Amino acid sequence: MTISMNMIWLILGCMIVTLLPRIIPFIFVRSVQMPEVVLKWLSYIPVCILTALVTESMLQDTGSLLRFNWHVVIALIPSVITAIWTKSLSLTVIIGVVCMALLRFIM
Amino acid sequence: MSLPLLEQTRTANEDSFVQGVKDCVPTLLGYMSIGFAFGIVGISSDLSILEVALLSILVYAGSAQFIICALLVTSTPASAIIFTTFIVNLRHFLLSLTVAPYLTRYSLPQNIGFGALLTDETFGVAASRIAGQGELHNRWMNGLNITAYLCWIAACTLGAVSGQWISNPEALGLDFALVAMFAALLVLQLQSTPKNKLTHRLSLVLYMIISMIVLSFLLPSHIAVLISTIVVATIGVVTDR
Repeated sequence: MTISMNMIWLILGCMIVTLLPRIIPFIFVRSVQMPEVVLKWLSYIPVCILTALVTESMLQDTGSLLRFNWHVVIALIPSVITAIWTKSLSLTVIIGVVCMALLRFIM
Repeated sequence: MSLPLLEQTRTANEDSFVQGVKDCVPTLLGYMSIGFAFGIVGISSDLSILEVALLSILVYAGSAQFIICALLVTSTPASAIIFTTFIVNLRHFLLSLTVAPYLTRYSLPQNIGFGALLTDETFGVAASRIAGQGELHNRWMNGLNITAYLCWIAACTLGAVSGQWISNPEALGLDFALVAMFAALLVLQLQSTPKNKLTHRLSLVLYMIISMIVLSFLLPSHIAVLISTIVVATIGVVTDR
């Protein structure tokens, strides 16, 4: 159970730069009435960012080359079907994890 | 009179702290596996258990924590590590900006609390709540946020403690839990879209995938996420009729 002074400063620095982008919008939005067009723009953020996070996981950065992580691409198919079919977050996660474990076992 | 009263109790239950905790449960498998993996990575990057715990308590950002470890191993200067953490977490600005308008009626300290505990996962759950109900409540938000936060800290610390014995947590496929969850949250977002807007949303998903693949050739993926989101959300506004 040790920690150096340098490490404490590093962690505090990282804490501040993580907190700022998370908190500033919450303070800012209280005092500013955002125009309709900005609200509309924000309504597209969830779909965009979730697609980005899923796509990011499908891509594998191996040094200078970028390629698809086929395990992820294949495991996503039953996961997405489960999500459409059951509308259940828990079931999708369970099916996804089981498929990924099977894929890594057989391939 | 009885009907409005009934209506009120129903919403009170659906927006309770306990309901927030319940709505967090599907995301926990993702948190636990990634947190556990982070603990193991932290220990193998020569961090102490205390340092792993402090990182998860104070920074509380999965991808940033992994990158901090990777940079520490290559003895990167602290200033560069902090700057990288800032860039990696910039997307939280967009997430907060999207959720914040639904919580302005609560006090400033409460809002700072909502912001401090916002992650990709809690954002995803809150966004599907917004898509479904059109509003957010403080008790529900706190139930969701605090459950996720405590689980993350517990998982990271547990991972660090067991780091000496386990070398390959990936074999169980648990790291895929987060990806499956993001995919499910995306599907739920699309399913709650009105029928006449669905084609428009689906076209944005397609643009996003293309933009991510192209930009990932040129830029680190966290910057590709940021730029693609800003550009495609703008395309969304321009092409919306």
